[in-house]
Amino acid sequence: MEPTNIEDPNFFHQVVDCQWACPAHTNVPEYIRLIGQGRYADAYMENRKSNVFPGILGRTCDRPCEPACRRGRVDGNPVAICRLKRVAADLKGDVSSMLPKAPLSKNGKKVACIGAGPASLTVANDLLPLGYDVTIFDSSASPGGLMRTNIPSFRLPAEVLDQEIAAIVDMGANMEYSTRIKSLKDLYSKGFDAIFIGSGAPKGKDLILEGREEGRERIHIGIEWLQSVAFGHIQSVGERVLVIGVGNTAMDCCRTARRIGGKDVKVMARRPREFFKASPWELEDAEEEGIEIKVNHAPKEIVLDNGKVIGMRFDILSWNSDATKSEVVDSVVIECDDIILAIGQENAFEWIERDMGMDFDKWGMPVVDDKTMATTLDGVFMGGDAPWGPKNIIWAVAHGHEAAISIDNYCNGIPLSERPETSMDLVSQKMGLTEWSYHNDYNPNNRQKMNHVELTKRFAELSLEVELGFSVEQTVLEVERCLNCDVEPVFKASSCIECDACIDICPVQCLTMTSGDGVLEELRLRLSVPSLNTDQQVYVSNKLAQTGRVMVKDENICVHCGLCAERCPTAAWDMEKFTLNLGYAGQSSKRVAR
Amino acid sequence: MPSIKKPLIPLAPLPVNELGLTLRDYEGGMSTLCAGCGHDSITAAITRAFFDLSLPPEKIAKLSGIGCSSKTPTYFVSGAHGFNSVHGRMPPIVTGANAANRSSIYIGISGDGDSLSIGAGHFVHAVRRNVNMVYVIENNGVYGLTKGQFSATADVGSSAKKGAANETPPIDPVIMALSLGATFVARSFSGDKGQLIPIIKAAVEHKGFALIDVISPCIQFNNHEGSTKSYHYVREHEIKEIDQVYIPPSGEITAVLPEDGIVRVKMFDGSTLAFRTLPSNYDPRDREGAMHYVNQARLRGEIPTGLLFIDEDAPDVHELNSTTDTPLVDLPYESLCPGSAELARFMEGFN
Repeated sequence: MEPTNIEDPNFFHQVVDCQWACPAHTNVPEYIRLIGQGRYADAYMENRKSNVFPGILGRTCDRPCEPACRRGRVDGNPVAICRLKRVAADLKGDVSSMLPKAPLSKNGKKVACIGAGPASLTVANDLLPLGYDVTIFDSSASPGGLMRTNIPSFRLPAEVLDQEIAAIVDMGANMEYSTRIKSLKDLYSKGFDAIFIGSGAPKGKDLILEGREEGRERIHIGIEWLQSVAFGHIQSVGERVLVIGVGNTAMDCCRTARRIGGKDVKVMARRPREFFKASPWELEDAEEEGIEIKVNHAPKEIVLDNGKVIGMRFDILSWNSDATKSEVVDSVVIECDDIILAIGQENAFEWIERDMGMDFDKWGMPVVDDKTMATTLDGVFMGGDAPWGPKNIIWAVAHGHEAAISIDNYCNGIPLSERPETSMDLVSQKMGLTEWSYHNDYNPNNRQKMNHVELTKRFAELSLEVELGFSVEQTVLEVERCLNCDVEPVFKASSCIECDACIDICPVQCLTMTSGDGVLEELRLRLSVPSLNTDQQVYVSNKLAQTGRVMVKDENICVHCGLCAERCPTAAWDMEKFTLNLGYAGQSSKRVAR
Repeated sequence: MPSIKKPLIPLAPLPVNELGLTLRDYEGGMSTLCAGCGHDSITAAITRAFFDLSLPPEKIAKLSGIGCSSKTPTYFVSGAHGFNSVHGRMPPIVTGANAANRSSIYIGISGDGDSLSIGAGHFVHAVRRNVNMVYVIENNGVYGLTKGQFSATADVGSSAKKGAANETPPIDPVIMALSLGATFVARSFSGDKGQLIPIIKAAVEHKGFALIDVISPCIQFNNHEGSTKSYHYVREHEIKEIDQVYIPPSGEITAVLPEDGIVRVKMFDGSTLAFRTLPSNYDPRDREGAMHYVNQARLRGEIPTGLLFIDEDAPDVHELNSTTDTPLVDLPYESLCPGSAELARFMEGFN
């Protein structure tokens, strides 16, 4: 078997499960350690480097990192990464001196961004410090896109949004508010060197049922309704509200309805609970507020009385085990005053002329390269929800970084395929004989629970933030749950005397010395504990001097306690911190060479 | 010593043995021995063997004397009974404990100094009496605790860390035990758990004295060029011809082994030891042959490992002394001490 190439940054990057799972590859363990040291501003800036909006994401992120977290495989509950991110943002103090700045002299290149959501703002964040002249157009009177209009203020306070957007806008972006781009052709002809489309998926899907047209006054499209509430155009709703759909937007709708007059609010789902789209914690938060979630109800018709909505008829479905087939077993009418449709969002590109050379696929979606964010139209890039439909803020940020690299390449005549190099640092953390620069002990704390504002107080004010954030005490306990997956046991086969000390001490039996013959699939089965999680890698050393065996480490369950390195008499094992150096716009080697 | 205690990671589900215990339940305190010490590997092998055999921790008694080796009982089965004796006096303590309570499982851990220098006299008599126990010698050929003087097992010509060569001939515990009538004699290597674990299991199930001489390199004072008890030297010179597998009683029905070249030995509890790939004419029941084989191998500079001799029919200390089947600790006080009237009647018999 070939020894593992640990020189490839992707090997250890995959060991850091959270960072690998994060679309923006935020260095989670590093910022958690900084929080643990009380260095909140540094933790915030470490975060901001990759995800740009730590305060916003610390409240609203879909958290792809948490299901991936190794701690979840160890004690069933991942580290509360998202909540810790918020701690850093809440306690950071004044970071203005650490924020990126735009140079006094511009580089002469002009970039237009359509939409002032997270994707465009990330593009601006990356390009303004390089001297680009960035203009952002938005149809709304304030920036933020769906972060402002669709996420209720009781989840994301306006001040947090304003502060993190200002950090970008104040670098000198030209903000063209209340300006809807009606023609790409028109904008294309205005002399911008590059255009980024970050216009999102702003169109809520409608549900065409009998009675939909007549009842339109009390039937609302979810995201439009949330937007109207956000801007104060809608201030009340009927007492009995049905929310159709069970994604995160539905959760925002039902909880908002609860705050502006809804007393009996029900979320109506077609499928059983395990097939819901909403994040589990958003479902829990809604249920805590007395919202009933009804499963297996398929909307059938709107029930009207003299043109007024009085209820909705549903088919009650019985599903097979994987919810692919259903049959109608009953029918029921549920009374209501208002109906909110939260069944999905669509993109709308009626403003892009189809004769410009931008290709669209058979579903009417633009053809966009998922690495470079380039459309087929020269100099036009796209990211966020616009190209592939609704995702999450963190994806928009990831797209924004890539688009900024492409725009910078494009404006400097470098091929888009030339991405800045991703490199790594691997540095020993040894401070003494058995002393490390990180806290290596396993801490058996349970995951901390977020404290919420009391239920009775919650509905008094629409914008009262429900989550209180972690207390310092909770933070101290939660940071210690992190397993420091970026501090890697690194093995030097030539130093090993095969004494078994590391294997004997390993608390999870993840090490084995065995014959290096055979294939990986077979090797996995003859480890100290058979390695059954094939999503995780296996680290295979060079041949050992005395017996010709190899040292094998199953990366699945290692808790990075460093005991292997502490018990190693020859320092063949060492704990080394892996740092991924991601490339951002302006760091292309070709560009620097100029 | 490590900066932290070996953490208990709640990985569900940990494999459990017949008693519902996990491997971690058979561990003890954190080792304070040097990193890389062979003794720690022996500790790990004992932990694994006891877990596999589902021994109830409260039925285990672990005893030792003085020395690095004698620290090791602390590092396994913290739920067992323990006794740390005066230097070299572990065998008489076990003999006494065994006399009082024959129902426990006794494991004595000793070193080359503890057993073959200061405690040699006690060691030989425990062998003679066939005390029912597992006797592990963690043999590193050096006095590690006093900074590296040659011990009684250091080979002629082997050199100390600072270069001085040993001129005094060594005591070979295997030959010594064979000549004293030992009924279970094995040698193994701390760096080879694949061999050591089945030997420990067989030793636990052997009725009588089971000696396991385990070469256990001293990482600090005897792992250099010129040492004959280093990881490197043992791996170069180990002859693992006498290979065996331990087959627990429950496995007997399904285990089908080829007849060719296999010698099966029925153990005390009904389990089986199967010997395979034997050197020609090697009979693990032939005491003379075993002694000859070990001596010849030594002259060739080889270190034969494996279970070298077994006599499963010899009477143990209790049979030799016609003791009662009931452990003394379980006998009622009236039986153990029948009173002065009975004593007087008994004394009358000598008149």
